[in-house]
Amino acid sequence: MPSLEDRRLIAALHGGFPLGDRPYAEVAAAHGLTEEQLLEKLRAWLAQGVLTRFGPLFQIERAGGRFLLAAMTVPEARFDAVAAQVGAWPEVAHNYRREHALNMWFVLAAETHAQADAVLARIEADTGLTVYAFPKEKEYFVELKLPLEAIHAD
Amino acid sequence: MLTEFDRALIAATQGGLPLVPRPYEAVGAQLGVSGEAVRERLAQMLDEGLVRRIGAVPNHYKLGFVANGMSVWDVDDARVDELGAQIGRLPGVSHCYRRPRRLPVWRYNLFAMLHGTSREQVREEAKAIAALLGDACSAHDILFSTAILKKTGLRLVD
Repeated sequence: MPSLEDRRLIAALHGGFPLGDRPYAEVAAAHGLTEEQLLEKLRAWLAQGVLTRFGPLFQIERAGGRFLLAAMTVPEARFDAVAAQVGAWPEVAHNYRREHALNMWFVLAAETHAQADAVLARIEADTGLTVYAFPKEKEYFVELKLPLEAIHAD
Repeated sequence: MLTEFDRALIAATQGGLPLVPRPYEAVGAQLGVSGEAVRERLAQMLDEGLVRRIGAVPNHYKLGFVANGMSVWDVDDARVDELGAQIGRLPGVSHCYRRPRRLPVWRYNLFAMLHGTSREQVREEAKAIAALLGDACSAHDILFSTAILKKTGLRLVD
């Protein structure tokens, strides 16, 4: 696990990355680092999987796109094969195994509603399993509690 | 709908910004525009909400938050919006949504994602939600995650 100091830096890097010409240098200076030291830390965190990404998070729904949560009950013997089938779709942004009869929960990120629906239909056809879609009907405001958020909605 | 430039800009940055001193210049060079054009459009996208934020996307597990529970609640439809709006202030909650029930297999209409350093901590967080919901909630469950099967985020498809 990163040091406490590094975890605080990760929390501080959560958002608000500057749009200036030398943004890493700006952020580095604010944290007593050199530009190259900050870049090295980011490279290491990405390589170690501490960060899955560093950059803009797009809310594609603001441009007609869709994020869609869906779940399936996958027989244990087929779990890995179905996970591979589902994961092969580039539209599948996240997929989690969860302890429940509905044991596979994934999120589609698609440029249009029609594309999201089409991928769900294909997953159903390819796996022969029922897919339950859980479109969000309302998103409630959540206060920023660093570094705990932003794992699922993006 | 996205313009051609927006699509190209998203495709070039959805996997992350280049880790070079002038990342926006590097993206611009790739797209055949100036770094200035990239920075201006990203600033507009932030204003429009098309960019939610620019920064680090952590893997919670690697930061010690090894327990992730999707808490789900069957809440009176007449009160769910009023109560859902209050849940976002509670500790551990990273997202909170109202979603449709899928009867008879799924009775829950309120989803609150919880994170903690242990399952016990997540269960404590859920207790705070239960207390807040009171008699408006008739049943709940916590679906703990046991594996991340994929986590890439948005990827535009050609």
